[in-house]
Amino acid sequence: MPDAEPSRLVVVLAVIAAGGAIGAVARYGLAHAMPHQAGTFPWATFATNVLGCLLMGALLAWLHRARPARPLLAAFAGTGVLGGFTTFSTYAVETRGLLADHPVTALLYLFGTLAAALLAVILGSSAVRVAR
Amino acid sequence: MNLLLVAAGAAIGAPLRYLVDRWITRWAGGSFPWGILLVNVLGSFVLGLLAPQPDRVVSLLIGIGFCGAFTTYSTFAAVTVALAESGRLRAATANAFLSLTLCLAAALLAQSIT
Repeated sequence: MPDAEPSRLVVVLAVIAAGGAIGAVARYGLAHAMPHQAGTFPWATFATNVLGCLLMGALLAWLHRARPARPLLAAFAGTGVLGGFTTFSTYAVETRGLLADHPVTALLYLFGTLAAALLAVILGSSAVRVAR
Repeated sequence: MNLLLVAAGAAIGAPLRYLVDRWITRWAGGSFPWGILLVNVLGSFVLGLLAPQPDRVVSLLIGIGFCGAFTTYSTFAAVTVALAESGRLRAATANAFLSLTLCLAAALLAQSIT
């Protein structure tokens, strides 16, 4: 069916848009719950990204073994919700903001987020592998 | 109103991330995550141009909504772990190093030209 691919792409894009909107609103809500003062460690973005990575690790490990495969759930929850929840742009711009006057905090934030995020992915996927 | 602006920006940013990643992956081939790297660098540059943003609507719609959802930390981290777990430690390290340095450089470049 020559037109099956484009219509399928529209559905995938729609579920990613819906998931992305949910994830971004959750990120915005968390940022509001954890107000951040200039010159201090950006805990809200840190918590958002680490939590999103923990859930992404768990989701991907679960999807990896899901039978039948669940490509739309992967698009909605992974690419959409968790992709929209976590953010690299705010992380980069917050690091930039700290760099001049608070270089130690900037580097702690830059590398601390990376280390915690990678560990969170491993923890999330390990938890699902052990539980199944 | 605030939530609607964030949701609207994200509803464009997230699917656009998927499309750019798909195009770049098809074009570049291989398993190195060039698409996610490019998305994160572009998004960091655009947010770098906008922040700090006095206009509330622009900040919510384009900054928090679009740029926040266009870029991603979870996919970046998951792909980096997957590269390392498949034995491609150098690719995993390169992805982490390039993502951190290029996104920060993009944000700094945006600041210097605004």
